[in-house]
Amino acid sequence: MADKVLMKGNEAIAEAAIIAGCRHYFGYPITPQTEIAAYMAKQMPKIGGTFLQAESEIAAINMVYGVSSAGKRVMTSSSSPGISLKGEGISYLAGADLPALIVNAQRGGPGLGGIQPSQSDYFQATRGGGHGDYHLIVLTPASVQEMAELTIKGFELADKYRMPAMILADGTIGQMMEPVSFDFEVAPQIEKPWATTGTKMERKHNIVNSLYLDPATLEVKNIERYERYKIVEENETMYEEYMADDADIVLAAFGIAARVAKSAVNEARKQGIKAGLIRPITVWPFPKAPFKKAVEHCKAIISVELSMGQMIEDVKLASEMKVPVTLTSRVGGMIPTPNQILEDIKKAAEGGR
Amino acid sequence: MVVFEKPKALTDVPFHYCPGCTHGIVHRLVAEVIDELGIEGKTIGIAPVGCSVMAYDYFTCDMIEAAHGRAPAVATGVKRADPENHIVFTYQGDGDLASIGMAETVHAAARNENITIIFINNAIYGMTGGQMAPTSLPGQVTQTSPYGRNTDLCGWPIKVCELLSELDGPEYLERVTVNSVAHVRQAKRAIKKAFQNQIDNKGFSLIEVLSSCPTNWGMTPEKALKWIDDAMIPYYPLGVYKDRSAQKKEA
Ligand SMILES: Cc1ncc(C[n+]2csc(CCOP(=O)(O)OP(=O)(O)O)c2C)c(N)n1
Ligand code: SF4
Ligand SMILES: [Mg+2]
Repeated sequence: MADKVLMKGNEAIAEAAIIAGCRHYFGYPITPQTEIAAYMAKQMPKIGGTFLQAESEIAAINMVYGVSSAGKRVMTSSSSPGISLKGEGISYLAGADLPALIVNAQRGGPGLGGIQPSQSDYFQATRGGGHGDYHLIVLTPASVQEMAELTIKGFELADKYRMPAMILADGTIGQMMEPVSFDFEVAPQIEKPWATTGTKMERKHNIVNSLYLDPATLEVKNIERYERYKIVEENETMYEEYMADDADIVLAAFGIAARVAKSAVNEARKQGIKAGLIRPITVWPFPKAPFKKAVEHCKAIISVELSMGQMIEDVKLASEMKVPVTLTSRVGGMIPTPNQILEDIKKAAEGGR
Repeated sequence: MVVFEKPKALTDVPFHYCPGCTHGIVHRLVAEVIDELGIEGKTIGIAPVGCSVMAYDYFTCDMIEAAHGRAPAVATGVKRADPENHIVFTYQGDGDLASIGMAETVHAAARNENITIIFINNAIYGMTGGQMAPTSLPGQVTQTSPYGRNTDLCGWPIKVCELLSELDGPEYLERVTVNSVAHVRQAKRAIKKAFQNQIDNKGFSLIEVLSSCPTNWGMTPEKALKWIDDAMIPYYPLGVYKDRSAQKKEA
């Protein structure tokens, strides 16, 4: 194991992207993710890569579209208001079956909102965010180490399935410092025979496109894409279970909320309450299996979120509401304390149902 | 005998353009230039959203369809993906380039992005059925200016070459048209220069082509070509608006 370095989560994403072979980064300044651009601005020129500050998030995502069309690994990062602007481009990436990595260090919304951490872009990320039928692979790191690991994973999955992937992080993990190891195995990049790199007069022209004026053709394109999504759901769903096996009260939480939830689980166990945690690591595809298993033995599920209750809808679907599913949350940049969660665990354990 | 052949850089797919539309002539000129410069194998074209959206089916080089107005940003990505080996052009209408995509246009020019832009100014939104464009002339009747473009209400047309010529960034800006044989020849010279500049790593070249839309202007093809002379050229004078390399030589 190589040495660990102390790093901010945002910087870990940037370094991991470079390790993954990403040589093109486009962004537009917004808090709380500016460290990614700053890191890229410093490193890219040293390794023959491209860092470009675009005129807007719209331009940045379309530059990503261009590099991806040409078959190269490429990324952009932003925070909530900027991701909304990227929505158009993300839909086009999905429609043209282009891989790319998009980082959203979420902040409170709606509108200009605030600059403190949030998870209120869950719907936007897991339901696509732009127009049309599509999904992104959405990865939710809960530590600086995972910021790095899931960045590599994001590039690999995006290329493999020809679809954009998103790191759905938040301001806290982005700016928190933790030791991180970059001792990864990076798989060799796959061939992209579909890329527009010039025909070299050796093949028929490649076309990158999302326009299909014939409805029957467009329907087939959509159905084929969803068949691919099904394979992603079967093979790439990721989650962590923490003391969930015998739990009476199961918490569901991702990212920074999962860290607080874990502390609450530990405290509850100390007080003799059998609490556990299911932490989705991919929120699309959403891990349904652990919830199906949990409802066989638990009394209640609590979705712990930094939103007014977004992931809870997926938790309800996955658990088929076989036990009560409630929400514990703070919003606007506020974070629930382990105590707040513990109180709700106690209430649920006392059979508030 | 001169044999009039289809350029190699055009596919066999028949153009869908209306009779008398000059989009087709400009496609042909671009293809001839690609042939003459021998760059088909390394060229990547970017089609806009507009009547020329299907340009990706017409050129034999690799093609990309961009979102409405975003072609210069997409081109920036494609060019920077492999600057040594990619020749990149965008082909855009006036709604695309001068309205929704104005920011992308201005900033690509300001960066002197080493790309070539073919800009079709037909003073109208052709594809959506003839709405007022940022380039529609004062008094011009369109579907969304049924009483004529009222400059008090909706402002003045945007002169793209003049506007961009104020920037330090761009290498080459020229306005041409294709409504006569002589004008077509000049347009081809300009387009060729715009590609040659890219090959020579000189940077951003934009060729604005005053183009006809007989369908949405409500004119016969002949009248439309004449309207370019009578109404468009007086407002949008033809000529070179910026040629940085030539300016340098003079200095
Ligand atoms: C975001 C978005 N807004 C609007 C449209 C609808 N639309 C399609 S083509 C077009 C105008 C094209 O006009 P122009 O760029 O002048 O090209 P022309 O058809 O005249 O060649 C518009 C507004 C769209 N496709 N996408
Ligand atoms: S609508 Fe106008 S611009 Fe479009 S193809 Fe017809 S004549 Fe040409
Ligand atoms: Mg037009």
